[in-house]
Amino acid sequence: MLRFIVRRLLLLVPILLGLSVLLFAWVRALPGGPAQALLGERATPEAVAAIESQLGLDRPLWEQYLQFLGRAVRLDFGASLQTGQPVIDEMLRRFPATIELAVAALLIAVCVGIPLGYLAARRYGTWVDSLAVTGSLLGVTIPIFFLAYLLKYVFSVELGWLPTAGRADPRARAEHPTGFYVLDGIITGNLDASWDAIQHLILPAVALASIPLAVIVRITRASVLNVVNEDYVRTAEAKGLLPGTITRRHVLKNAMLPVTTVIGLQLGVLLAGAVLTETVFAFAGVGKFMADAIVQRDFPTIQGFILVIAVVYVVINMIVDLVYGLLDPRVRVS
Amino acid sequence: MSVNEVVAGEPGGPAPAEAAARPPSSLGREALRRLVRNPMAVVGMVLIAVFVLVAVFAPLIAPYSPTDNSWLDQVRPGQYPGPSAEHWLGIDPLGRDVFSRIIYGARQSLLIGVVALALGAVAGIALGVLAGAFGGWVDTTVMRFVDIMLSVPGLLFAIAVAAMLGQSLTSVMIAIAVVNVPIFARLLRGEMLGQRGADYVLAARSLGISRSAIVFRHVLPNSFTPVIVQGTLTLALAIVEAAGLAFLGLSGSDPSAPEWGRMLTDAQDTLTSAPMLAIYPGLAIVLAALGFTLVGESLREALDPKFRR
Repeated sequence: MLRFIVRRLLLLVPILLGLSVLLFAWVRALPGGPAQALLGERATPEAVAAIESQLGLDRPLWEQYLQFLGRAVRLDFGASLQTGQPVIDEMLRRFPATIELAVAALLIAVCVGIPLGYLAARRYGTWVDSLAVTGSLLGVTIPIFFLAYLLKYVFSVELGWLPTAGRADPRARAEHPTGFYVLDGIITGNLDASWDAIQHLILPAVALASIPLAVIVRITRASVLNVVNEDYVRTAEAKGLLPGTITRRHVLKNAMLPVTTVIGLQLGVLLAGAVLTETVFAFAGVGKFMADAIVQRDFPTIQGFILVIAVVYVVINMIVDLVYGLLDPRVRVS
Repeated sequence: MSVNEVVAGEPGGPAPAEAAARPPSSLGREALRRLVRNPMAVVGMVLIAVFVLVAVFAPLIAPYSPTDNSWLDQVRPGQYPGPSAEHWLGIDPLGRDVFSRIIYGARQSLLIGVVALALGAVAGIALGVLAGAFGGWVDTTVMRFVDIMLSVPGLLFAIAVAAMLGQSLTSVMIAIAVVNVPIFARLLRGEMLGQRGADYVLAARSLGISRSAIVFRHVLPNSFTPVIVQGTLTLALAIVEAAGLAFLGLSGSDPSAPEWGRMLTDAQDTLTSAPMLAIYPGLAIVLAALGFTLVGESLREALDPKFRR
């Protein structure tokens, strides 16, 4: 088991190094050259010269790369062109919002997706199945921000049930020790603030959940369909086990393996999708900051965001791999 | 990793070894027969046909030019004329005919989809063939490269490429194409590896047929089924991704160009007063993408020997 974990961890090294080379090449290929791009409108000749020497643009390429790598490891991406503050500080401040949103979206996707996928498989070929399949196809073809518009128009503008934008009611007084607004309300004993934060979370989370939900429904359905035809399920039925026991011990336990992998992979999709969803709902997370950075050509922020999200994505995938190995001994052997 | 790729990895994907064992014409014919019997596929094909016809014959269908803003005098802030006999879908805030813009927008979407697919598939297939045909260190190198490309979520990758290339239609197409390169490469390489052990390869080798002939005449054609399925799904994804890039201000540099993604983005400002301005282009995107998704998914099932009854 330890060897399995170590081997997986070692696999991370070439991927992360490759990623850093790719990003290094990207910074160098930016329009107007790296110094110009990283400074934006503040690119006076002196500033350009300063950043060129800081980036070591007069040095050999490999030396520049090592410098870049050193800064990346220290999470030093320079100052944001939008605020003038270090990119990493800006991101850290906004990360709780995005994590809160992504977790809420994933919860919706998992809690609705797995039962729906299971039901579709068990009612294979019926209208329930057709509905689930059609719905999941729609889920992957509808642009997230279009769905976000629709939700906002129907539930905020027309019905007035939920707030249109932001993370909390601006008039409400609440303290935010952690930056996770729902949690903050609970910690500070201000449950109204938590409830307010949840209401602000619902629409963006539903919009963001559409793709993972669709994917989880399909994978669960396919996986359950595969498992119910296995010999061990027939054996369990022949033994006279209760249907509930068969479902729990034999079907669900085995069918959930591929679903676990997909749930992990969807986290990357969620973090990227947050760029669109947060923008529609003016939700002050890293996604919104990134979207603004794209419009303003704030390359230091774009660079930092890509690197951080890619690393998070790679690490999550590795954790999923490890969990998979824990759950299924066959993976460890191969 | 893209959504469609995850779906492509679902159990029940094509098993080409079995498929290849049958004469190709009968597989093709049977697949077609099953395809037309599947209502999902028929709906998809109708959607695609309408989409392509509208794109091709846009100048004949659209009553006005998509950039003609002669009706600006009818527009008041917050009040945009709705559907009428002259303007079936109303007039947008800049005094242009919405119906004509939707019709012409089909061209742009089709163009983005086809070019992005062509570029991405060709590059991906080339890499896949390289890895699948040579194996060894070539395979390892190519696949590590593919792994690295897949370690960035698709949309983010497209954003990075588009931001680097600057605002233009070409950069949107290249950005979407680049995202698809590793997907095609991995898919084809996996298929080719699966085919290498097939009996017909052994037979060809024992007949003394050259390696390149085996790869290009035998293994490659037999590995193509999942690539075709993925290609159909990629067209759908390209249309949706192009809209996402437009939303982030990364579409073409001409703001008057009729583009569904941009129309949808612009409609955000008038969402409360004129929600239909968002709904028309949004529906157009969903229907076009749904057409390709339905056909792609049905094609996968039709070509899968497991589903033969």
